[in-house]
Amino acid sequence: MIDALFEYQFLQNALICSVLASVVCGLIGVIIVEKKLVMLSGGIAHTSYGGVGLGYLAGFEPIIGAFLFSVLAAFGIGAINRRGGTRSDVVIGLFWSLGMALGTLFIALTPGYPPEITSYLFGSILSVTTTDLWLTTVFTAVVLLVIVMLFNHWKAYLFDEEFAAIIGMRTAVLDYLLLVLVALTVVVLIRVAGIILVLALLTAPAAIAGMLFPRLKQRMAAAVAIGCVLCVAGLWISYSLDIASGACIVILSVSCYFACRAARAAYLRRKRKKAGRRAEV
Amino acid sequence: MNGRRPQPSLCDAQEALCVENLTVYYGQTPALENVSLRVRDRQYLGIIGPNGGGKTTLLRAILNLVLPASGTIRVYGKKPGETGGLIGYVPQYAGLDRAFPITVREVVLTGLTKRTLTPFYRFTPADRDTADALLEKVKIGALARRQIASLSGGEFQKMLIARALAVRPRLLLLDEPTANVDPSSCDQIYTLIEELNAKMTVVLVTHDLFAVSSQVQKIACLNRNLVYHDETGLDEDTLHRLYGCPVDLIAHGVPHRVLREHEREDTP
Repeated sequence: MIDALFEYQFLQNALICSVLASVVCGLIGVIIVEKKLVMLSGGIAHTSYGGVGLGYLAGFEPIIGAFLFSVLAAFGIGAINRRGGTRSDVVIGLFWSLGMALGTLFIALTPGYPPEITSYLFGSILSVTTTDLWLTTVFTAVVLLVIVMLFNHWKAYLFDEEFAAIIGMRTAVLDYLLLVLVALTVVVLIRVAGIILVLALLTAPAAIAGMLFPRLKQRMAAAVAIGCVLCVAGLWISYSLDIASGACIVILSVSCYFACRAARAAYLRRKRKKAGRRAEV
Repeated sequence: MNGRRPQPSLCDAQEALCVENLTVYYGQTPALENVSLRVRDRQYLGIIGPNGGGKTTLLRAILNLVLPASGTIRVYGKKPGETGGLIGYVPQYAGLDRAFPITVREVVLTGLTKRTLTPFYRFTPADRDTADALLEKVKIGALARRQIASLSGGEFQKMLIARALAVRPRLLLLDEPTANVDPSSCDQIYTLIEELNAKMTVVLVTHDLFAVSSQVQKIACLNRNLVYHDETGLDEDTLHRLYGCPVDLIAHGVPHRVLREHEREDTP
């Protein structure tokens, strides 16, 4: 694959895209896992399908449509949740289905042959274009900058949002900002894993890092590194075996998560046994 | 427009806490109805009452976390939402994620975090020293670098008190700080609150009648309405009505009132 990497532009694009996707996965993944926003992220990702469909119907870049729909879903879910009175999982479920339904409708209404939508649903990192790469770079830079710039505020907000509000922090701004960051992350990951598989890539590296490191900053850095290894390894397997890249990366990520979980459980069991034996002595 | 002028607030700016005719609804259900309450500077008020009686709702209204349907709240003359830095809050233990990846010192530092979202805001060495001093004050200085997941219930509560103190409050609100805490840690926490009361006003919400009554200067009984407050006298009938079980009251000199521990019985 190394020789091919120097030879083919599409492989270089795929590799750069994997690394950028790992950065956003690591940063936002840890936040959504700790803040328990995994389902909300799934809702935003699936709503973006409506934007992909609109892009095809109206004749503009589908990824831009996905971005617009993701941001609208983020603001919509956020506003309804803040107003209260409706359970958040109900709102997320409704946005989730509405986005998919609108996408299906728009694509059905698109004149001519039905467009190739599999790459948006399941990812196709090997078909990343230079335009996609620029968009991914800009979005990744925005996510990275916003997280680093407000790191201490994020920490206070994530640990205890109410206390942050009480001391006068503008938590509504952080709320919406986080939702927009999730929307940007989803758009970055659509090319890598696709709308349907995006959740695994968002959560697996963060969850593995959570098992290994105790501090927020460490977890973010580790999740970026783990995401990088998983994406590049998945890409390599996919290229070598000539199978779907998104599915390959996701299967590898989920397998690694369960392997780490099993290894950790075994380690803790052995540690407890040792401690028990020592106590007996 | 009905042409009626808003009633001027009767609250005194010198009062630590003034609540007048406060009514709060959750949907169609009233949580508080016409509650009035006054606390002077450096007083120690204990709020007792049954579950669902509105104790936490009252604190949340003072903290501007719920919007009242009517009524007035003033903290040292300021409206809720304008009190930044005046109130220190210790929330209920169960409301926080103990698995969150954060150290004890970092939790206290969140109380020192700048309110405005200043880019690249970092804590100074002085901030860290302040956090460590506060942890020493609540007697868990040695745990500064520990992850919060490894703390006991009592240590966790002390950490939350240290975080509340980081704001440098004039009014300290504590919501059941001894729930899920062992008796020895309970004593330590109550002693600590009593020490803090020398420098600030304290409002303590609790179910612990026995412990609180040996410490507080005023007791308010809240069961949607304020059943008792201050001078009108807290009698056994009132407590019986409030809790639905007999509660014995033993006079213990002014201004303390002592409630003997009791076993809950079915209301006849």
